[in-house]
Amino acid sequence: MEERHGGPGPLPAPFPEPGGELRHVHRALPHDSAAKHVTGAAEYIDDIREPEGTLHVAIGLAPKARGRLAGLGLDKVRAAPGAVAVLTPGHIPGRNDVSPAFGDEPLFAAGKVSFRGQALFAVVAQSHEAARRAARLALVEIEAEHPSVTVEDALARGETVLPDYAFGRGDADAALEGAPHRLEGSFRVGGQEHFYLEGQAALAIPGEDGSVHVYSSTQHPTEVQHVVARVLGLPDAYVTCEVRRMGGGFGGKESQATQWAAVAALAARITGRPCKIRLDRDDDFLLTGKRHDFRSDWRVGFDEEGRILGYAVEHLARCGYSADLSQGVVDRTMLHSDNAYFLPAARIASKRLKTNTVSNTAFRGFGGPQGMLVIEQAVDRVAWALGRDPLDIRYANLYAPGRDLTPYGMTVEDADILRDIMRALERSSDYRARRDDIAAFNGRSRFLKRGIALTPVKFGISFTLTHLNQAGALVHVYQDGSVHLNHGGTEMGQGLHVKVAQVVAEEFGIALERVRVTATSTGKVPNTSATAASAGSDLNGMAARNAAQAIKRRMAAFAAAAHGVAESDVVFRDDLVFIGNQSLGFGELARTCIQARVQLSEAGFYRTPKITWDRAKGQGRPFFYFACGAACSEVMIDTLTGENRVTRIDILHDCGRSLNPAIDIGQIEGGFVQGMGWLTTEELVFDEEGRLLTHAPSTYKIPVASDVPADFRVALYPGSNREETIYRSKAVGEPPLMLAISVFCAIADAIRSLAPDRPVPLDAPATPEAILRACEAVRGRPMP
Amino acid sequence: MRQSIRFLRHGRVVELFDFHPRATALDYLRLRERSLGTKEGCAEGDCGACTVVLGRLREDRLAYESVNACIHLLGQIDGAELITVEDLAGSDGLHPVQRAMVAHHGSQCGFCTPGIVMSLFALYQTAERPVSREAVKDALAGNLCRCTGYRPIVDAALEACAEAPRDAFAERRTEGTEAVSALADQADLFIGSDARFFAAPAREGSLAALYDEHPDATLVAGCTDVGLWVTKALAELDKVIWLGRVRGLDLVEEGADAIAFGAAVPLSRAYAALSATAPDLGELMRRFGGAQIRAAGTVGGNIANGSPIGDLAPALMALGAELELRKGERIRTISLDDFFLAYRKQDREPGEFVRRVVVRKPQLGEAFRCFKVSKRFDEDISAVMGAFQLTLDRRRVLGARLAYGGMAGVPKRAGKAEAALTGASLEDPASWEPALAALGRDFTPLSDQRASAAYRGLVARNLLFKALTEVAHGDSRATRIAGRREKPLAAE
Repeated sequence: MEERHGGPGPLPAPFPEPGGELRHVHRALPHDSAAKHVTGAAEYIDDIREPEGTLHVAIGLAPKARGRLAGLGLDKVRAAPGAVAVLTPGHIPGRNDVSPAFGDEPLFAAGKVSFRGQALFAVVAQSHEAARRAARLALVEIEAEHPSVTVEDALARGETVLPDYAFGRGDADAALEGAPHRLEGSFRVGGQEHFYLEGQAALAIPGEDGSVHVYSSTQHPTEVQHVVARVLGLPDAYVTCEVRRMGGGFGGKESQATQWAAVAALAARITGRPCKIRLDRDDDFLLTGKRHDFRSDWRVGFDEEGRILGYAVEHLARCGYSADLSQGVVDRTMLHSDNAYFLPAARIASKRLKTNTVSNTAFRGFGGPQGMLVIEQAVDRVAWALGRDPLDIRYANLYAPGRDLTPYGMTVEDADILRDIMRALERSSDYRARRDDIAAFNGRSRFLKRGIALTPVKFGISFTLTHLNQAGALVHVYQDGSVHLNHGGTEMGQGLHVKVAQVVAEEFGIALERVRVTATSTGKVPNTSATAASAGSDLNGMAARNAAQAIKRRMAAFAAAAHGVAESDVVFRDDLVFIGNQSLGFGELARTCIQARVQLSEAGFYRTPKITWDRAKGQGRPFFYFACGAACSEVMIDTLTGENRVTRIDILHDCGRSLNPAIDIGQIEGGFVQGMGWLTTEELVFDEEGRLLTHAPSTYKIPVASDVPADFRVALYPGSNREETIYRSKAVGEPPLMLAISVFCAIADAIRSLAPDRPVPLDAPATPEAILRACEAVRGRPMP
Repeated sequence: MRQSIRFLRHGRVVELFDFHPRATALDYLRLRERSLGTKEGCAEGDCGACTVVLGRLREDRLAYESVNACIHLLGQIDGAELITVEDLAGSDGLHPVQRAMVAHHGSQCGFCTPGIVMSLFALYQTAERPVSREAVKDALAGNLCRCTGYRPIVDAALEACAEAPRDAFAERRTEGTEAVSALADQADLFIGSDARFFAAPAREGSLAALYDEHPDATLVAGCTDVGLWVTKALAELDKVIWLGRVRGLDLVEEGADAIAFGAAVPLSRAYAALSATAPDLGELMRRFGGAQIRAAGTVGGNIANGSPIGDLAPALMALGAELELRKGERIRTISLDDFFLAYRKQDREPGEFVRRVVVRKPQLGEAFRCFKVSKRFDEDISAVMGAFQLTLDRRRVLGARLAYGGMAGVPKRAGKAEAALTGASLEDPASWEPALAALGRDFTPLSDQRASAAYRGLVARNLLFKALTEVAHGDSRATRIAGRREKPLAAE
């Protein structure tokens, strides 16, 4: 790994590590598919060789957002060139339900329409193009009602997808009442489209006895299996879902991939032929869920030092038309409403509002980022009110020994790490001197203003639905010493497969090339959880290690007995097995084991220890541990247009003892840039009719190369994990996204320089228009 | 008359006699050839996952240009060498660009990677050394990556492009040039029937006659807009006339006072001439789509398509430009100001086409500024585009041409503000105020997904203010975040 950063100063002692010298883990190895990526040889769903006679499926979309489906004229669709079949609710042999949990998402809308673009029917045709053309020929009659589009629309109708939920500690109202200072506000944070580069896709191949094999671009093959079985009315054992890789997921293929797999499987059932669906990018935008957008109403009470005494927040989440994963998403918003700060008294409440828009879903951070952003902007407001540097107010409120209990009753054991990371980053980023420079620049620059912010991230690792914290793996050793590795996690670019392969190669003491990672399949490892919650390598790495250890133990026992040495004298290293004073090749021992009838295959399993969560009480330890980090961002804004640039980024992030620093740096940089997009250029715009106006990359703008500053300094905090995770590493998928909150706070800081005595009314995303509006507001001439 | 298209693929000539006029290059690769390395990410030329490289002769040299295969018609490949991601690695291993991408961990999910590799391949072949970080970012503006945050990709590009090109393509440049030259002919190309055809006339006369005969045909230059009619609107597009082979329409003719652009001159070739005309035009062209869009899209197409937010029209209106239109044998010249009649409606008769755009160069005593404001700096469509030409007598404004995009259904000059600015002094910002206020009477902008009416109105005003401030004080470092005319301040 390239050294890109100065040292972070005094460090905690590394966690003691058993075992000898490590050959594979903790190394910066390339992604296992890197050479295939760059040559175009990596296969995605639409690249799989189509079996002869494959048909193609396209979806018929609802033209209105809310109303009764009064008529569906499909004659022209059936008569369209190339059309083979048209699928409607009546064709479904099982249940018309593709929801992950709550039974409220039909495969095809029946009776009522709940959002614009909702699937009404599907057409199966000879080609992708023929299917798309035919799907547009339906005559749809809807007795339309005015849709609920905004938080306020849903509040007015009192419609929710799930019950309201709150937890907290102490009497927040009394704490607020008694505080020397109080502030309050209503903050809006926008949603986010995943924009995985590979759109949703599935290929279903019918088999014997009604069975079906589904290739799906999904983070959750087990759920695809369940939903396909439910829709087709089959036992789960008749459905296999296979995933080699996704062209990006980010949470958008956790629950959202199932509908398309189910449509393809239904089409295969009805036609008896292989059927494929891939959503056109515009349809993908319309038909699949996004990050939840919120209005959060908050109040904070604090003392002269800026220490928070009481915090009350109500998160009003726009969930879309169905529950989907909104229970867990908004719970995580609530569980991260403290971010890194001790709240002596807190009330954290939420409403899961139902709107006539596509159902919002998982997205990297899973609700956490929204809750964290609300308190970070509140902390900024506290600092401004007291005329203090926001960084000092952050320090004043950071979890610390004695002030380390979260509002949900979990002790923050990593509080020392968080403070150490922030102090180290403050030094290495030269924060204080740069703040002075910026003040001087802003004093002499009339139109352009600079801003800086250093913000922390504390992110809880584990699924909050405790039973999901389990994983399985399947390892076979063959007679030539090559190893087949399969586990329940899916590869979406995050480098999970190479990390798990590193673990298995380490265990067997063999070259990484001997370990062949194969496509994730519900037929090999069953009953898996989604590859989500940043937990992929924690869970699957452990399961694979357990499987490899079991095989290794049997091999060692055999070798020890055969050579008359103690098992502890059998060592696996460098493709060899050392047995007392002798050695033989790993393959040689494998072959000998097979001849001696020693089992060289094992299903490994792992469940996360220590976690408990009582949702009814809002108490417990929902997280095994916290992943921490901090970022310092500097921006420049143009106060005449609102245009803005991030000019420098410094990051120090805690991956524990990183399994693969190259992969982890990639997750940190990529997550940060994705978070930066969420908070700056990426804006979802719905009109009053519930029509998504930003429905393609021409109108929805994710970051491009030039949005990332040349001065981008990323370092890994050289720590460890206090908990016994796989090689003491820490999860890294989601937490870095929230480092980008520093960009938002830096923009607010720049705006504030126009009128330091006024709060900056900036909502997210900070588009040029949002920035110019905030500038005009602090200048005392608000825009209409 | 030729009744097939011919292009080079893997060193061999491919000749196709039968294809639908609307078939795209991506259709050909993925459905017909089954080369599956090239991906479809958005089908509208915005994400770059489908990027392929075309080798073409430009001024007798073999140039490698990246284009978006998803919105490039198959017929447009005629006469080119088509290079895809599968073609780069040789028997000696990965191409230097691919090797650097692996070494720098430049791929994660890998779906954008083939397109990125092809954009970097074009950069590798063509960029002047040394290659700067900015040049790499410009080359990647048309490629979206959602995983990496780009840093490792940019680092990989800088490493791969540290040396002069030394790959198989550089080694066989002479043979490659000859092979592409051998495809060129002077024949008009017509494939299909009178009811459904792809045509590519070689002479302007043939074009005029064909279009006069088929005024319902769709004229295609770069296909960067028409491509979306195919992929998104699912337009039938039965009759296509491609302008890319018409001799003369590809000429840039530079005179003392004006530059004439043939209507089919790609934006990438207009870039240099426009940059030399006014520095701000260079910055505007840099931010015009991505490299793939600029290689295909044309000066004439950007204007003739009549978009209210096309980037070129306001700039050229402010400079003063004329259009030459031809129908049959008749050629007429009109001011660009008069071409745009209403939303997506232009002063162009059935069967009439834009043949040349003549742009007046700024003269001594004239100051030109233009600004594009969008949500994202690169590869975005403007919320507001403002272009301003001031005629000055020392510090006094004698006249002004102020043109805007995004403020009305068409690109439009601000007549009232122009009148109000006449006589204003650069020394006295108070004298600018009547013109700034008049903009509110010139325009009634709309709210849409790019910006609200209020934002557009205020930014239109602030851009004129910014232009006047810059012309008065001569330094853009105090007024611009990007696209500065001067070097950065030492303190930054």
